[in-house]
Amino acid sequence: MQLKVAIYEHDHLQGPEDATVTLVEYGDYQCPDCVRVHPTVKLLQRRFGASLRFAFRNFPLAQIHPFAEPAAEAAEFAAAHGQFWEMHDGIFERQSPLSSELLLNLAKKNGLDVDAMAEALKRRAFLDRVKQDFMGGVRSGVNGTPTFFVDGKRHDEGTDFETLAAGIEAVRSRLDVKLLQR
Amino acid sequence: MSNLLAAGVIAPEFRLHATPDQTVSLSELKGRPVILAFYPADWSPVCGDQMALYNEVLPEFRKHHAEIIGISVDGVWCHAAFAKARNLHFPLLADFEPKGAVAQMYGAYRTEGFSERALFVIDKDGVVRWSYLSPVAVNPGADGILEALESLQRELAYAT
Repeated sequence: MQLKVAIYEHDHLQGPEDATVTLVEYGDYQCPDCVRVHPTVKLLQRRFGASLRFAFRNFPLAQIHPFAEPAAEAAEFAAAHGQFWEMHDGIFERQSPLSSELLLNLAKKNGLDVDAMAEALKRRAFLDRVKQDFMGGVRSGVNGTPTFFVDGKRHDEGTDFETLAAGIEAVRSRLDVKLLQR
Repeated sequence: MSNLLAAGVIAPEFRLHATPDQTVSLSELKGRPVILAFYPADWSPVCGDQMALYNEVLPEFRKHHAEIIGISVDGVWCHAAFAKARNLHFPLLADFEPKGAVAQMYGAYRTEGFSERALFVIDKDGVVRWSYLSPVAVNPGADGILEALESLQRELAYAT
């Protein structure tokens, strides 16, 4: 399966633009497997440094995870104020179950306007943005969470550190060889 | 390996229980596209569950006026508990007695005693227009279904 939506200006990105490999995660803030994979992504970023760019896209399974959409919307609200990754990390690294209160506390902690966020969540101001990620994921064959794409190709193997690292390394060494041959 | 019914074949008629006192037949749904999603069993892990995914994509299916139906060999009570736990908003049919008979008609039954992960898009006249067999451990996602529905819609646009 190929990623149908290329990296674009609304993506949440970490790592340099000219990184050798781009890793895209479709995730759900209430999905236990996504919570588990969050530190793995951090380790991958440390392992690959400037040769890895990472993008996170929303894929909330709202009917089974009632707080997945509000959490994604809260992260998008934070993004609109330049605080996406602070909110993203805060939600995944939470020490208590996901709730509206937790989202508002995280907003406060990150110096965001709590009332404005509560209002945005109430009006569902960022839901379209979240749904846009979701449908792009569906088109690309995302079939559950978390789903990773390594340089545009769906990673169908495991989501443990070793397996993801091997997937990234395979692409990186192939591309490095190409660069040397030029 | 199953011998899946292919595009162009008239979709075999069936009538199965959706709830203990309610049945659904394919012919009742004539006039709009039908998505048949055979799957091995209820209760696969939540975040990668095929039915949970279709539940989320339901508004897109509805844009095409399509009905989606899940079918497995699980019984009605199992389906009821599963649908409730996952908050599913479409019917799950019990291919329970004789076990797997409908899956067999569609070439989607495994000798181990459950159905394949197999998808069919049937047009408004009851003809199979697209079918897909996924490895049993792999959730096939919804992209193929949406593409099949879109190609049906394009045909209709040309015809009118």
